[in-house]
Amino acid sequence: MTDTTTLSTDPLARDWWAGIAQGRIGYEVCADCSTAQFYPRGHCTACGSTRVETRTAAGTGTIFSITVVHRPPSAALQPFAPYAIALVDLDEGVRLMAHADPALAIGARVRAMFVPFGDRTVPRFAAAA
Amino acid sequence: MAFISGVGNTRYGKIDGSTTMGLAATAAQAALADAGLEPKDIDGLLTGYATTMPHIMLATVIAERLGIRPAYAHALQAGGATGVAMAMLAKILVDSGRCRAVLIVAAENRASGQSRDQSIQTLAQAGHPDYEVPYGATIPAYYGLLAARYMHQFGVTDSDLAELAVVMRRHAGRHPDAHLRTPITRDDVMASKPIALPLRLLDCCPVSDGGIAAVITRDPTSAARVRIRGAGQAHLHQHISCARDWADMGAKASADRALADAGMGLADMNYLAVYDSFTITLAMLLEEIGFVRRAGAGEAARAGRFEVGGDLPLNTHGGLLSFGHCGVGGGLAHLIETQRQLAGRAAERQAKNATIGFVHGDGGVMSSHVSMVLERV
Repeated sequence: MTDTTTLSTDPLARDWWAGIAQGRIGYEVCADCSTAQFYPRGHCTACGSTRVETRTAAGTGTIFSITVVHRPPSAALQPFAPYAIALVDLDEGVRLMAHADPALAIGARVRAMFVPFGDRTVPRFAAAA
Repeated sequence: MAFISGVGNTRYGKIDGSTTMGLAATAAQAALADAGLEPKDIDGLLTGYATTMPHIMLATVIAERLGIRPAYAHALQAGGATGVAMAMLAKILVDSGRCRAVLIVAAENRASGQSRDQSIQTLAQAGHPDYEVPYGATIPAYYGLLAARYMHQFGVTDSDLAELAVVMRRHAGRHPDAHLRTPITRDDVMASKPIALPLRLLDCCPVSDGGIAAVITRDPTSAARVRIRGAGQAHLHQHISCARDWADMGAKASADRALADAGMGLADMNYLAVYDSFTITLAMLLEEIGFVRRAGAGEAARAGRFEVGGDLPLNTHGGLLSFGHCGVGGGLAHLIETQRQLAGRAAERQAKNATIGFVHGDGGVMSSHVSMVLERV
């Protein structure tokens, strides 16, 4: 199990990764203007309100873009290479970076899974069955 | 008026034993000599950052090293756009009457001062530390995402991108200070090893050591009569995950501000210096700003438009892709080459009718844009 308490100095980020470790993708919705946003900030970038609530996404979305990394940044990640990094548009209207099946194409409908990578568990998207 | 009265640079490449300060000093001294000035004449000093020499006040470190005691000095940070941003601020300082002669200088021993992994990891921090970097992201991966989407959206091909790398290498072959000068073909680019697909090794700029500098003055101090006619910026996001409209990354907004500031239009530009950290960077910038149609950069390269003898000579020093990338100095090299072209001092690279130049820097992942119009007067 990933120890998510050491993954970031930012409490919002620690909470988000703790959610990922439990299979939940969090995003924020403004209680005042209803705008959905990612990444978590604790305030709304559309209207400035500090009344934002965290919700859990369904985990389904569409591939916006995808790249296959053959040259990782460190020796520690070499065993994982090649791996695909994607930008995924979640059905809730927010976009996030995540891992993905390298065979996926832009526009593919996808569903999140959760897999170990580097120092933590990360969301990884595969074709929606 | 703000004149670029002197320029200077070290060679770019792997320079064993080089230091950031040594490269900065060599480049600055060359620029001062070129401007016909001495350290005591400089009353403003701007620099950027060096990943191999993190410091809380790099500008005064350089000033002291050179024996300059400026009335105005500090560092700026706008990623790859820093070089053009320094020139823009120098123009503001000179135009406002606050300074008479501003030295802008950028240097880093980025290739020899750290390991390749260190360099890749440091640069990846342009991404979000919590929501991007943990996925094993790198700068090539961020630009790989850009490339995949842009190619999908507009029909750009691998071959189109490869053409741009070939032109940059051909240009670098005519510059004695360039990092990579061995000619390459389109097939070489498309067969090079995968880095962050669709980007391959030869779609990516190298990591270089190097130093480069310019002196911006209120009055001309040398034979070169090149002035900064206008400048502009745009900053729409930091992280690629947060870029909203991928057909409008801010490049055009920045260019339009610079052109309005200069009182000119795109069609007036007859020399181009556009940031090219990757082939996709160059294609996207040229196309968004409007020098060529969408998906038209490769076609324009094939038609010879970006050659020294073409109608839009582009990055004739070889750009980041082949002259080299030493950080802030990588983007500043575009400006220095434009000064040399407009002053008629580009030797065997000299474009025939280069009188008005457009310079564009991009920092982060299409995050920070700074544009500039230079003019021979």
